[in-house]
Amino acid sequence: MSILVDKHTRLLVQGITGNEGLFHTIQMVEYGTNVVAGVTPGKGGEWVLDGKIPVFDSVKIAVDTTGANTSIIFVPARFAPDAIYEAADAGLELIVCITEGIPVQDMMRVRSYLDQKGVRLVGPNCPGLLTPGEAKVGIIPGDIAIPGNVGVVSRSGTLTYEVLYALKLVGMGVSTCVGIGGDPINGTNFIDCLRMFEEDPQTEKIVLIGEIGGTDEEKAAEFISDYLTKPVVSFIAGQTAPPGKRMGHAGAIVEGGAGTAVEKVKALQAAGVRVASHPEEIPGLLS
Amino acid sequence: MKLHEYQSKQIFNKYGIPIPKGRVAATAQEARQIAEELGGRVVIKSQVLVGGRGKAGGIRLAKSAEEAENLATQILSMEIKGLPVRKVLVDEAASIASEIYLGITNDRAARRPVMMASAAGGVDIEEVAAKNPEKIIKVHIDPLLGLRDYQARDIAASIDLPREHWRIFGQIARGLWDAYVACDATLAEINPLVITADRRIVALDGKMVLDDNALFRHPDLAEMRDLDVEAPSEIEARKYGLSFIKLDGNIGCMVNGAGLAMTTMDIIKLFGGEPANFLDIGGGASADKVAAALRIILSDPNVKAVLFNVFGGITRGDEVARGILAALAEVKTNVPMVIRLVGTNAEEGRRILADAKMITAETLADAARKAVAVAQAA
Repeated sequence: MSILVDKHTRLLVQGITGNEGLFHTIQMVEYGTNVVAGVTPGKGGEWVLDGKIPVFDSVKIAVDTTGANTSIIFVPARFAPDAIYEAADAGLELIVCITEGIPVQDMMRVRSYLDQKGVRLVGPNCPGLLTPGEAKVGIIPGDIAIPGNVGVVSRSGTLTYEVLYALKLVGMGVSTCVGIGGDPINGTNFIDCLRMFEEDPQTEKIVLIGEIGGTDEEKAAEFISDYLTKPVVSFIAGQTAPPGKRMGHAGAIVEGGAGTAVEKVKALQAAGVRVASHPEEIPGLLS
Repeated sequence: MKLHEYQSKQIFNKYGIPIPKGRVAATAQEARQIAEELGGRVVIKSQVLVGGRGKAGGIRLAKSAEEAENLATQILSMEIKGLPVRKVLVDEAASIASEIYLGITNDRAARRPVMMASAAGGVDIEEVAAKNPEKIIKVHIDPLLGLRDYQARDIAASIDLPREHWRIFGQIARGLWDAYVACDATLAEINPLVITADRRIVALDGKMVLDDNALFRHPDLAEMRDLDVEAPSEIEARKYGLSFIKLDGNIGCMVNGAGLAMTTMDIIKLFGGEPANFLDIGGGASADKVAAALRIILSDPNVKAVLFNVFGGITRGDEVARGILAALAEVKTNVPMVIRLVGTNAEEGRRILADAKMITAETLADAARKAVAVAQAA
């Protein structure tokens, strides 16, 4: 078991003929992910990966033809909201958006629309998901994680890789790793993932990687203390971040004194979460 | 990106929000001329992107055109919190009967915009929020529906606005919403919105913060950026699509990914060093971008060591390695460099860098320890 993606995932890649889309499609296929279709408007009828994956003009046609159940989006920020709407309207259950830099008002509209339709979005501005040994839906390097019982959820990309890698070095495996993204408005949050990990029989321990900005970690802490039976270990990035500055991620900013790393660490510790002082301490805190 | 008061008010006015008569001036003579046109009694307001202008003496009332010129001379020679005053707004002076706060911002937790209003306007709204949160009315707006007329009426009633003003208040609230949407703002704020002695409602001050990610569809607004508020290195970094923030330490950091960049800063501090910057080279960093990043880091004379921490995902290790080589060929330096390269195409990257004189590290902690050690030895 795992959450959100596994060997039954039939993946569609929006933006499959672009540089990043194609590069990561190759990586996902090599990992063993079942990539059934690609979409690039205007390139329907073409094939990629030596004739292995058909390209369609629209998500609807791709879904009707191939039975895709999950979409991953690699299209530029100005076109990404439309790509998400298209995927939602085509009836996909899970949409993963890698794209960084989508305007926040676009994302508020997208999220409002998806909530009405009951469609799950992971991201945007995220590295996607990895269920080791089964499916890689995103850009997380496949060779840095092995199958196991640790569920990982993170607002970051490369910092997540760092943690996966540290786990692998000590032989700890992962059930599923979910990168929820660094934007202020995203599709799936910590609590959604904590709930899924709690219900997933394979997951026995959870790693939560947060960062400055917003109050999602504090809410997660409350949820952990109220509902979670599985142990949680955490790391919060941005202890040294100056207030009022956006630290790369659109969502990583301490505003009006709120959203600091110190507050988040305090809330998590109060909920019984063990918080690492740097990522390489995480495996030790899990064992 | 923050807009100046005069820019925000011009935008508000375009969307039907009444503002005082006035114009912006870059010289005292211009200020005098505007004051003459407005009949002498004017307010001279420094246009700098910091709070507390009034307390710093950057907002003054002039009773004549001559006084306006004198005050403008003084204010235009001021620095407020380190920022030079380059322009003043000369507005007709209003006689204020009462002050209201009205603003729209993004509520992250609710995932939608929120309109906020308070009868306690004219003061620092964050202070009101902290001390008397019940004095602030909050109404969430469905981003797909927009502000509804009834919501504006509810707000007017909640802040005890006399009924005679409801119609114009509705128009102002609607205008603020339209401006917020049209400009992709993350904050649009009128503080204070005043009721004048002659019973008009006027936006006396205005503030807008725009979403940097949306500027691609607002080239006209992007041009309004005030470069005074940013360090020159930050402006240079933006040209190359780098996310860079200058700090006060002596260990330069070049990292891919924002979370990992923050973590790299944190771990430098944890091991007794001080980071000189935050720098995310972003996804798919090309050789050009890496070279530019290195130049920017080394332009800071405080930097005694550089720590490269690259975990390949979208960013490929070989690409970064080529960038580092190109940069080292171009920027001659004796500053010691520590590098840690892991992930997509990392092995190829390490091969490319084998001949460069760099200190290599396996783990993040190891890299941080080594960087702190060489910086302290320098």
